Amino acid sequence: MGAGHRHQLYRPGTTPVHRLPAQCKLLAVFAFAIVVVATPREAFWAFGLYAVMLAATAAAARVPFSFVARRMVIEIPFVLFAVFIPIIGLGERVTVLGLSLSAEALWAAWNILAKATLGVIASILLAATTEPRMILLGAQRLRLPSLLVQIAMFMLRYMDVIMDEMRRMRVARESRGFEARNLRHIPVIARSAGALFIRSYERGERVHLAMLSRGYSGSMPIVHDMSASARQWLTAGALPLTALAVMGMSLL
Amino acid sequence: MHVPDGFFNAAVSVSAGVVAAAGVAVCLRGAKRELDDRTAPMAGLVAAFVFAVQMLNFPVAAGTSGHLLGGALAAILVGPYTGVLCIAVVLLVQGLFFADGGLTALGVNITLMGLVTVLVGWAVFRVVTKVARGKSAVAVAAFLAALLSVPASALAFTLLFWVGGTAPIDIAAVAGAMGGVHLLIGIGEGLITATTVGAVLAVRPDLVYGYRGMAPALIVNGQPVAPAAAQPVKGGAGPFLLAGLGVTAILASVVSYFASSSPDGLESVAEEKGFIGQAGDHSLGAWGLAEYGEANGVPLWIVGLVGVGITLLVAGAIGYAVRRKKSAVEA
Repeated sequence: MGAGHRHQLYRPGTTPVHRLPAQCKLLAVFAFAIVVVATPREAFWAFGLYAVMLAATAAAARVPFSFVARRMVIEIPFVLFAVFIPIIGLGERVTVLGLSLSAEALWAAWNILAKATLGVIASILLAATTEPRMILLGAQRLRLPSLLVQIAMFMLRYMDVIMDEMRRMRVARESRGFEARNLRHIPVIARSAGALFIRSYERGERVHLAMLSRGYSGSMPIVHDMSASARQWLTAGALPLTALAVMGMSLL
Repeated sequence: MHVPDGFFNAAVSVSAGVVAAAGVAVCLRGAKRELDDRTAPMAGLVAAFVFAVQMLNFPVAAGTSGHLLGGALAAILVGPYTGVLCIAVVLLVQGLFFADGGLTALGVNITLMGLVTVLVGWAVFRVVTKVARGKSAVAVAAFLAALLSVPASALAFTLLFWVGGTAPIDIAAVAGAMGGVHLLIGIGEGLITATTVGAVLAVRPDLVYGYRGMAPALIVNGQPVAPAAAQPVKGGAGPFLLAGLGVTAILASVVSYFASSSPDGLESVAEEKGFIGQAGDHSLGAWGLAEYGEANGVPLWIVGLVGVGITLLVAGAIGYAVRRKKSAVEA
């Protein structure tokens, strides 16, 4: 699933969804995903309601449908897998459109498709309304180890630099007429990867020295006010709490 | 493959999350030993590197292409603890920002693609470099490490899917498909990993963690000079043995499952076909039975081969290493 990562992830805006503190949104999306996964798969209407709730959130955040749809490409490999399950599944067979499919596995495919899709949409909405940096700071507020958050921050900051470096190497290869077609071309690709590693590592060393000379002592200063009011928590909690209510009804 | 939401039941997701959290916690401490206060920028940039490298698609067979998992590569280049951290951060970022891999499946993803690939890759690498040293040995070790880490990860996925998957699939079929495809991908991963490590070794051998302490001593006026500060890779026995045991446990459980389950499926066929007397030739029997379904016959064969092969290799290598140690003590 290497392709398709290069999207504009964040859509700037000033809607109430954008303004919520990152930790509230992060926890809300996590809770929503857990509730969705815990919902019994027979409750079709519950999944429909979840989709409506996500659509309402997207509308409140002014995230257009086409934006979400384009980013959902990421899910395609698992859609294929889900299509494959009923064909190789075990158990009682039913005939659909002339194909002999496993009934139990059809349920499983539906289960995976519905839950994965809802989870993907929720994540897309989170990334679309929250700056990547703020998501990580929010994660730190939620007690994710700060070293892990720092590593992720460096990764985010330098990802584009490294990707551009790789792109330049690719342009250089292709302008010399190279195109990877079979296994014999692996050495060329791998040598690029080796050069990329050396450049990344040396850049890391330079960054570290630059940080030390500016007084780095093991933790990064946070200048943002990350606190969230009870009201903001309640606003963010609306999504998972409604979902929880729906799940409760589906269990009755 | 990044596992999305809804793929595994709650129990497996939660326990994989606990395993992943514990593994990452151990690695946070270990990485501080590997990189001291440079951990954040170095691991961050290596994570960005892994992320970029995962976009290098390479052709596997006609039409299909795979991409690097990068676990073995990261472990060999920057050390196993930092390697796990880098992969874990890459997965975290992919899950949070790119919606690639479900948030509730984050633990599963980190366990499969971070912990298992790095553990298996590093264990294999250490075993091979214990036997032979030098740059070419490192390249061979890197190839084997990456080659085996990919199907090991696929088998671990299958094991989890068997325990807590949400679909009723013949586990042998899944394992076979996963094992077979990923063995092919593993060859690509192995080639790229070995060549990448070789390319870095040629330019900056000091940057390759797995090569530390192996560089030949500098000879000045016929006198060997003590090597520079780069200390050799430490703590061989403890973590390595643990890793080996973990790997063996994972693979043993997978393989033993097949040992117990394959006769069940075959027995029914055998009775049906009236050749229960010749039950000895299990895999070939299934292979030849077209009516039994290709999905059942082919995989068992490959999986058995892969699983048993890896287990034998790991066990044999451990035995060899222990024997070497013993003979060294006696001598």
